[in-house]
Amino acid sequence: MKDSKPQAARAPKGGLNTEIQARIGHQLRAMYDDVVRQGVPERFAELIRKLDAPGVQSGADGVAPAGDDMSANDKQGRD
Amino acid sequence: MPLTDSLRDDLLATVPSLRAFAISLSGNADRADDLVQETLLRALANIDSFQPGSNLPAWLFTILRNLFRSDYRKRRREVEDADGVYASTLKSQPAQNAHLEFEEFRAALDKLPQDQREALILVGASGFSYEDAAAICGCAVGTIKSRVNRARTKLSALLYVEGAGDFGPDDTVRAVIGSGKG
Repeated sequence: MKDSKPQAARAPKGGLNTEIQARIGHQLRAMYDDVVRQGVPERFAELIRKLDAPGVQSGADGVAPAGDDMSANDKQGRD
Repeated sequence: MPLTDSLRDDLLATVPSLRAFAISLSGNADRADDLVQETLLRALANIDSFQPGSNLPAWLFTILRNLFRSDYRKRRREVEDADGVYASTLKSQPAQNAHLEFEEFRAALDKLPQDQREALILVGASGFSYEDAAAICGCAVGTIKSRVNRARTKLSALLYVEGAGDFGPDDTVRAVIGSGKG
């Protein structure tokens, strides 16, 4: 779908064209929100859960009790 | 202060935007997730120093931003694989035209000086106030404003002035047309 309208090809002089600014803002948010919409990867949810467990210190690995004890106090903070 | 349920929920709720910030800064999804992981570990290790009721996202963004900058200094000589890795992680691939436009935007963003890029992302995408962004970056509010303005000016020059071809045939098409006409 290529319609090369001449209207947009005009470069702004001096100040910034508001249409271009709106477009940049839109692209920036689209890029950002694409990632935000992916939610919380399990990796991070688990990390925060694990470190929340009493008596567990922040080690890099091997600290997981490896149980499926999520049923009791797994609160999904979604809305 | 121990990690309370509500604080844990707040941490979880901030993860999506932390990741978006990290990917926007670094242009590399794998590296971004490593940054987020390290940020969370650091935040949890220093949770005592977090003031309950203060701005948790701003606190986390500050940690991530500082980690990124120290990491960036170490890695700046390494190969940057901005577009490929990042694009491959997107759950929904945009349509071809939109995808090209996205790649161009991403490439232009990567050309900004780091100070300007982070300021623009914090204010323009993360939705922080100028004041919060200034606190995150450790500079004056006026400095943030001028960085954001310069970032916008430069992006607009990169995307819409120098690249006037955006609105006409692309290089390949132009080359074909050009060769036809001699």
